[in-house]
Amino acid sequence: MSTVWQFITRRRGGEGWHWTDIATWVWLIGGLIVMFGPAVWLTLSSFKSPAALSKFPPTILPYVTQEVRVEGFDKALPLYEVKLPDGTSVNLAEKRRIGVIAQMIDPKNPETVHKININDRKPVDMLEFATSNYTEPFLQFDFLRYLWNSVFVTVMATIITLAINSMAAFALSKYKFRGQNLILIIIVGTLMVPLGVIMVPLYSVVSALGLFNNLWGVILPTVATPTGVFLLRQYMLTIPDELIDAARMDKASEWQIYWRIVLPLAAPALAVLAIFSVVWRWNDFLWPLIVLSRSSLYTLQVGLNVYAGQLNVQWQYILAMTVVTMIPVILVFVFLQKFIARGIATSGLK
Amino acid sequence: MADNRKGFRSTAGSLVLAAVERIMGIIDIPLRGLQKVAGRTGMAAFFLLPNMAVFTIFVLIPFVINFVYSMTGGAQIFLDQRRYVGLDQYRQIFSCTDYLDPNSCIQDGFWIAAGNTAWFVVIQVALMILVSLITAIILNREIVGRSFWRAVFFFPVLLSPVVVGLIWRWILDRQGLLNFILYEAFGSEPFNWLTDRTTAFAATIGVSVWAHMGFYTLILLAGLQAIPKDLYEAAQMDGTSRSRVFRRITLPLLMPNLVVVLVLALIRAVQVFDEVFVLTHGGPGTSTMYLIQYIYETGFASELRNPGLAAAASILMGAVLVVLTLMQMAASRRKEKKGER
Repeated sequence: MSTVWQFITRRRGGEGWHWTDIATWVWLIGGLIVMFGPAVWLTLSSFKSPAALSKFPPTILPYVTQEVRVEGFDKALPLYEVKLPDGTSVNLAEKRRIGVIAQMIDPKNPETVHKININDRKPVDMLEFATSNYTEPFLQFDFLRYLWNSVFVTVMATIITLAINSMAAFALSKYKFRGQNLILIIIVGTLMVPLGVIMVPLYSVVSALGLFNNLWGVILPTVATPTGVFLLRQYMLTIPDELIDAARMDKASEWQIYWRIVLPLAAPALAVLAIFSVVWRWNDFLWPLIVLSRSSLYTLQVGLNVYAGQLNVQWQYILAMTVVTMIPVILVFVFLQKFIARGIATSGLK
Repeated sequence: MADNRKGFRSTAGSLVLAAVERIMGIIDIPLRGLQKVAGRTGMAAFFLLPNMAVFTIFVLIPFVINFVYSMTGGAQIFLDQRRYVGLDQYRQIFSCTDYLDPNSCIQDGFWIAAGNTAWFVVIQVALMILVSLITAIILNREIVGRSFWRAVFFFPVLLSPVVVGLIWRWILDRQGLLNFILYEAFGSEPFNWLTDRTTAFAATIGVSVWAHMGFYTLILLAGLQAIPKDLYEAAQMDGTSRSRVFRRITLPLLMPNLVVVLVLALIRAVQVFDEVFVLTHGGPGTSTMYLIQYIYETGFASELRNPGLAAAASILMGAVLVVLTLMQMAASRRKEKKGER
C-alpha cells in the first residue's frame, strides 16, 4: 500500500512535496470550478422548463414532473409518488389541491379519490431538455433579427478595420514623409481617448451624420482602432524594403505593392487583428446601446439587456439566448485562444 | 468524397480569389493615374486618408467639441441649437455646502457616482492584482498541462460583458446557485445578494475581477517567464529559502510589469460600466452607480437629460484618466530602460 502511495506521489527530480505544491493544485482546481462553473451552470439552466427554474433548491440537470393523461380530464395531470397509510408507495395523479390536502387518483382506476397530505408525496421527475427555450425566442421574438444585426456589425466592422488599418499601417511603415511622427502621435493620443469620455459629443456627431438608429452608426466610429494600426505597423516594419524596391523596378504601382506584397506578408498580424476585432465588435455594448433605440436594430447584446431588464423576466429565454450569444466567443476560445494570448502577452492588446 | 470536397473548396477559394483580383485590378487603374499626379510618396497620403478621416470625424472632432459642449445648456443634441452657459455646468458640479458629503451638493448624483467609483477602483484593483499575481506565479511553476490551465483562467476575458452580467445575475439570484450551495453547506436561508447595498457592491467588484483577471495574469506571466532561469538556479545552489527568492529575485524583476498592470487596471476600473450595469443597473438605489453610468444616464437615458452636464462630467473623468495614462507612459518607459540594461 505504501509503495502505491509512493508511486502516486513521487515527483520528477526525486523531490518531495512542499506545501506550495498542494496550494498550487487547490488554486488550479478551484480556478477551474470558479472560471468554468458559471458558464456550465448557465448552459444547464438554459435547458430547464420555467417550473424547474423557479424551484429551490434547484436541480443540476433539467428535470420536469412527469404527467399522465387520465380518462375524463382534458389536461394531462402531474404524477406523484405517494406513500399510502398502509406503507406501500404508488404513483398517483393529482386531480386538484385544497390547502395541504391533495385529491389524488390512480391513472388506471380514476374512480377512487385518495386524500393525501402534500408532505407525503414527491413528484415523479424525468430528465427533459426544454429545447423550446431555444426555438421560441427565434420564432416569437426578434432574436433572429438581433443575431443578424450582430453578425452584420461584426463582419462589416472587421472587414473595414482590416482594410483601412492595414492601409494606414503601410503608409506609416513603408514611406518617409513630413508629418509622419505627428500622425503617429495623434494616433497614440487617440489611444487615450476612451468612449466614456467622448460619448456625449460623439452622439451628436453621429446624429448629425444621420447615423442615429443605423447600424453604420455602430460600425463606423469603431473601425479606426489605434491598436490595430500599431500592431500592423510594427509587423510591417519587419518586411524587408528590398522586396518593395524590387517590385518598383518591375513597374508595380504602389497599390499593387500594398495588396500583392505587403498584405500577404502581413497575414499573421492581420489574423490576430481580425480575431480581436471580431471579439470586440461582437461584445460591444455601451455604444450600440446609445445609438440603437429602435428594437428592430438591436444587436444581441442590447436585445439581451433589454429583455433581461423587463419587469417579469422570462429567464428561460434569456438564459438560452445568453448561451447563443456565448457560442461564437467559445469557438474563438477553443480554436484561437493561443493567438489571443500571444497578442496580449506581446502587445498588451485588449 | 474527401477529394471532391477539397476540389470544391479549392474551386470556391479560387473563385473568390479571382473576384478579389479583379476588384483590386479595377481599383488599381485610377490609382495609377493618382500616383502619376501625386508621386510615389504622395500615395502615402492616399493610404492614410480613410483611417485618418474616421479618426478625425469620430474621435478628434468629438474630443474637441466636448469642451464646447460642456459649456452649453439645454436638452438639444446639436451644438448650434444649444445655449452658451460658460462654466455653469462645472460650477453646478462643484457647488456643495459640505465637500465631504455628496448629498450636500447640487449635483449629488455625480458625487455619489464618483465616490462609488473611487471605492470600487481601490478595492477592485487591489484584489485584481493580488489574484492575478498569485495565478501568474502558479502558472509559472512546472505544472502538468500549463497551457490548459492558462486557458482556464483566460476564458472569462473573452465573454461579452452582457453575458458576464447575466451569468452572475442568474447565480446571485434569490433562487440561484450561490444560495443553493450555501443552503447545502450551511443550511442558510436564501438571500437576495443583488438587492442589498453592501453585497451588491461586493458583487460588482467580484464579478469584474472574475471577468478580467485572466488578462492581467497573462501580462504578469509574460513578465515572470522573462526572468532568467539561471538566477533561480544560482539561488538554489546557495540554498536560499523560497520566500527570500521571491522577495529578492521574483518581485524586483517583475516590478516593471506589476506597475504596468497596476496602471492599466486603474484606467480600466475607472471606466467600469458594461457588466456591472447589466448585473445591478446601478442599484439598489444608487449604491452601484458608477461614473460612466452617471454620464450615460445624464446624457441620454433619463427624462431630464442634460448633455452639457454629462459632457462636463466626462471631461472631469477624462482628466483623471490623463493623469493615469501619463503614469502608465512613465512606467513603460522605465520598463524599457530596465530591459536595455
